[in-house]
Amino acid sequence: MGRFLRNSLTLARKEWISLLRDGFMLGFVIYSFTLSVYSQATGVSHELRNGAIAVVDEDRSPLSQRLVSSFHGPEFQIPVVLRHEQVDPGMAAARYTFVLDIPPDFQADVLAGRGPTLQVLIDATAMMQAGIGAGTIQGILDDEIGRFVRREAPESAAPVALQLRVAFNEALDTRWFTGTMSVVGNVTMLAVLLSGAALIREREHGTLEHLLVMPVRPAEIMAAKVLANGAVILALTVVALYGVLRGVLGVPLAGSVPLFLAGTAVYLFFATALGIFLGTVARSMPQLGLLFILIVLPMNMLSGGFTPLESEPDWLQTAMQLSPSTHYVAFAQAILFRGAGIAVVWPRFAATAGIGALFFLWSLARFRRHLATFR
Amino acid sequence: MTVAVALRTVGHRYGGTVALDGVRLEIAAGESVAVIGPDGVGKSTLLGLIATAKKPQAGEFRVLGTDLRDRRGRARLQPRIAYMPQGLGRNLYADLSVAENLQFFGRLFGLDAARRRTRIRALLEATGLAPFPDRPAGKLSGGMKQKLGLCCALLHDPDLLILDEPTTGVDPLSRRQFWELIDRIRAGRPGMTVLVATSYMDEAERFDRVVMMNAGRLLAADTPTALKARHGAEALEDVFIALLPEAVRRGHAKLVVPPRPPEIDGAAPAIEARGLTRRFGDFTAVEDVSFRIGRGEIFGFLGSNGCGKTTTMKMLTGLLPASAGEARLFGAPVDAGDREARRRVGYMAQSFSLYGELTVNQNLALHARLFGLDAATARLGPLTERFGLAGYGDAVADRLPLGVRQRLSLAVAVLHEPELLILDEPTSGVDPVARDRFWRDLVALSRDRGVTIFVSTHFMNEAARCDRVAFMSAGRVIASGPPDALRRQQQARTLDDAFIGFMRQADKAAQDGADADSPAPATAPPLEAGPSGGPRDGGVSSRRLLAYAWRESLELRRDPVRLTVALLGTVLLMLVFGFGITMDVENLRFAVLDHDRTPESRAYVEQFEGSRSFVATPPAADSAALALRLQRAEAVLTIEIPDGFGRDLRRGGLGGSNGGGRVPELSVRVDGAMPFRAETVQGYVAGLHQRFVEDWARQAGVTLPPGVAVIETRYRYNQAFRSADAMVPANIGLLLVFIPAILAALGVVREKELGSITNLYVTPVTRLEFLLGKQLPYIALAGVNLLLMIGMAVALFGVPVKGSLAGLVLGGLVYVCATTALGLLISVFTATQTAAVFGTAITTMMPATQFSGLMQPVSTLEGPAHAIGTLFPTTYFLKLSVGAFTKGLSFTELLPFIAATAAFVPALLALGVLFLPKQER
Repeated sequence: MGRFLRNSLTLARKEWISLLRDGFMLGFVIYSFTLSVYSQATGVSHELRNGAIAVVDEDRSPLSQRLVSSFHGPEFQIPVVLRHEQVDPGMAAARYTFVLDIPPDFQADVLAGRGPTLQVLIDATAMMQAGIGAGTIQGILDDEIGRFVRREAPESAAPVALQLRVAFNEALDTRWFTGTMSVVGNVTMLAVLLSGAALIREREHGTLEHLLVMPVRPAEIMAAKVLANGAVILALTVVALYGVLRGVLGVPLAGSVPLFLAGTAVYLFFATALGIFLGTVARSMPQLGLLFILIVLPMNMLSGGFTPLESEPDWLQTAMQLSPSTHYVAFAQAILFRGAGIAVVWPRFAATAGIGALFFLWSLARFRRHLATFR
Repeated sequence: MTVAVALRTVGHRYGGTVALDGVRLEIAAGESVAVIGPDGVGKSTLLGLIATAKKPQAGEFRVLGTDLRDRRGRARLQPRIAYMPQGLGRNLYADLSVAENLQFFGRLFGLDAARRRTRIRALLEATGLAPFPDRPAGKLSGGMKQKLGLCCALLHDPDLLILDEPTTGVDPLSRRQFWELIDRIRAGRPGMTVLVATSYMDEAERFDRVVMMNAGRLLAADTPTALKARHGAEALEDVFIALLPEAVRRGHAKLVVPPRPPEIDGAAPAIEARGLTRRFGDFTAVEDVSFRIGRGEIFGFLGSNGCGKTTTMKMLTGLLPASAGEARLFGAPVDAGDREARRRVGYMAQSFSLYGELTVNQNLALHARLFGLDAATARLGPLTERFGLAGYGDAVADRLPLGVRQRLSLAVAVLHEPELLILDEPTSGVDPVARDRFWRDLVALSRDRGVTIFVSTHFMNEAARCDRVAFMSAGRVIASGPPDALRRQQQARTLDDAFIGFMRQADKAAQDGADADSPAPATAPPLEAGPSGGPRDGGVSSRRLLAYAWRESLELRRDPVRLTVALLGTVLLMLVFGFGITMDVENLRFAVLDHDRTPESRAYVEQFEGSRSFVATPPAADSAALALRLQRAEAVLTIEIPDGFGRDLRRGGLGGSNGGGRVPELSVRVDGAMPFRAETVQGYVAGLHQRFVEDWARQAGVTLPPGVAVIETRYRYNQAFRSADAMVPANIGLLLVFIPAILAALGVVREKELGSITNLYVTPVTRLEFLLGKQLPYIALAGVNLLLMIGMAVALFGVPVKGSLAGLVLGGLVYVCATTALGLLISVFTATQTAAVFGTAITTMMPATQFSGLMQPVSTLEGPAHAIGTLFPTTYFLKLSVGAFTKGLSFTELLPFIAATAAFVPALLALGVLFLPKQER
């Protein structure tokens, strides 16, 4: 055991020196945990911003003018005024996501209490904006018409009051979610990439063969790669959590960060073992890249860090329970957003560790076989 | 006498490294010239420049009367030059057969079908390759590869033949045959000029003139006889050493190997191999090899590349298990698992296989630790002294000169003081002085320390220094014994001749023509010359373009990994994206804490139970339990109904909605961890709540105040608001940029890495022909993918094509033309396949997923995001695809999008042509 540890650490140190000297890879890893997290968090917003809206104003009354001017930033762009026949081409070309149609005599009908109908057309192929936009537009129009008729909005008219609160992220700041999940996703991607590339690099340079003629066991070589690359990723995860998420983006990190890091460390055994496994399958770096796209990309996308797991078909949800990445995403969300403790997340930890350990052993067996048939 | 090549003050540098320095050289037409010198002295640069493969930097170049800096001149010149770059079969296509390779080159040089047929037949006959037209080039032996390369070079009857180390790594017999072939060709075409680089100095003897190079400069240029006479030397190698600058030569003396002390009787031999055999599939790499090496002996192993030397050595080290036979080290069988046995052996693999990114000291320390030695202590100091590494301790190994790196490898191999050293071609490419110094170290190890040395080499003069040698050919040991004895046995002048003698004997004995090189008939007539130069046609030649397309599709068909990714990858990712990228919010678990338990409160909960979006979970016992449900993600939504809810509702309702009763308050909490989901859930809750209120009012007979206006929301194109209807058509757009672009980029970069890009540099093919030819097969593949994905969308995801299918397919084809062109453009800027895969993935995925309207319409983006979205083809195809599938647009309505997508194709190709260099730097 002493020798195992000594050899593994000696080899791990070599891995670190190699990584330090590989400017491109080092830069890429650091980028992934800093700038990339920031840009993913702030890049694609799930909120309604700059919604493209157009208006067909057949009324041309003071009320219709007021309605048009009630749409403005940051949610909406300044509405474009269209003629009726321009609506279809405009929506077909996705120039406008929302079109408000104000019928003739709208103001007169409102004042006469005839309850006229306003039509809002929504391009339902713009999934992200359509649903949220519908509600927002409804609210703006209700307010504006209510103010126009100078009647107090009859809020107390409702016979039941609904106190609707959002837990854990009251302001529904999407950056918390996308930022944190991009850290989680990058842990998987970089761990696989680093360890897989480290193996292939050694094989391509012939250094792996060199290790094998020395009194070093395959398990030590693999342990060194898992250890060295896992430690690098873990350290950068700390940087991303405190520096980028809490520091720059102001994510509160509800739960215990050490607990999350402990879970990440457990998960990294699986992720780096997966990298080594792919490294034994791929004959070259480009092949690793293609395998990576076919295996790691789907794993990341379907683990619930991108869209809700419960929206997947049942069979896929069940299948994804076999992937430690699903459990990793689940406990990351539980700890970092909902402030859950070990009492809540331990089943996820156990699943990650269990499946990870099985996979690690399987990878090790494959790695041994791979070295044996090595030419 | 006309001048074929005239160079004046030619200089060339790579970054800060000077490769050529003030070279002046003239070669007469019809002359044969050999350039000799070790690796890295500038031979290849010189030849590459003359062959128009490299871009001239400084000096004057005239080749066959043309100035090389003139682009049009080069284009006229290229059909008259033939160039074979360094490396076995480097410009050949390993997956293509012999005949296919020749066909391809014939088309590149514009030969018509009839002429290709006659030329190919004549060349195959002359080189003895005629029996193997269907064998893949990658499966040929080194000698045959080089003959095929020569055939490809001679197809178009060049006036200037340039061969860069054509015989390195080739066995002596094939080497001799190769040069005899060249002689015959020259006899048939006396006007042809031949320029050859070689690191075997003895080979240069057969040339009209020898040019010696070192460190980017010419040392001498004269006839071999004159050179040897001037320096009173027997061999050209001695002349070379004599010409080296004093500083390099210092301390060099002729190496004399002291005789070997008598062997101790009774001790087990260091190595004993009996019937050692190794098969890879149906290929036998090593067959029935037996030998015995005594302790302290220097045993040489000779043979060409691929003859089984390395495989044999790996079996001895335990790296590779033997298929049959037995190997014993010091009397014990080789056991891959026996770590103690490894301490007795030091191994130095072919080519430098230490950690190039580590310094000399780090490499030594690493190996010391792995052998369980204390790195910090004494041993490393004397070791670096002994191997002349003292000054290099902190230098990164990759930046060291080749000779020093080899010494480092040796130092590492002997670090743990092994009794046996196995060295695989340790001196390949090392200059003669460094080579002698390396051998001095070996001799000292053997004679002073009694270390047994098993060394493979392809230098005959090194073999002569061994106590005993074994000649290996095609996986068999054909002879072994002391060098002098072997020479006498064949009555040969040199060891080289002896080797050839043994090979001829072995061939005769084997009578196994199919697997051995079949030698060209000795009495072959001189190869007949065709008319010089291929037909020259200007503009884009469809023959050359189609030659590239044909070849690319052949290679793709024979590469299982790329083909699988191209076909199955898309299908798999379509499944993943189809299920993974969904904006649907459904199956939402909710938990209730009902303090009230009245019909009213139950009716409220039933609203949720009846909704298709929500799934009930067991009710919670108390508020703490309810909160825990959210935290555990067992529920996305919790509803807490206060005590008296029903009573207050009834009272409030009886007294009028605005009456004096208390208004009951419900508390609903939504998990905000996933903000998009929470936002949608809030909308659902508000809707269900409203419905409850309306239902209750109707039942209770209460009239709610009328609204001033009705706001009617109409979801267009996708009334059910189903994610698949929007996302599946968009996924097709994503996948058709992602995978085709990567594959197209790989197609070009692969050629850069494998070296066959040289054919673009030195043949008349233009950049546009090259790019279009490479693109065609990928357009076809992507077209197949397009149809597959449309089928999947309709059949699997239930998204019908409501609009014009013809418009969708046409638009899709135009789109893949654009995306493959994008891949080609990216490939121009990437040097390695790894960079091509990751670079293309990042540069296409980012804009495609973030700025092309997948998540947020491009019309809502601002600043650079908007600019990128506008300038990226996916933007237009997404509109087209969603339009054709879900918005039901007709062909004419789709035309503007097709036109916008089409505009990218010429633009991207033009950029590709602009940035693709036609010459290497």
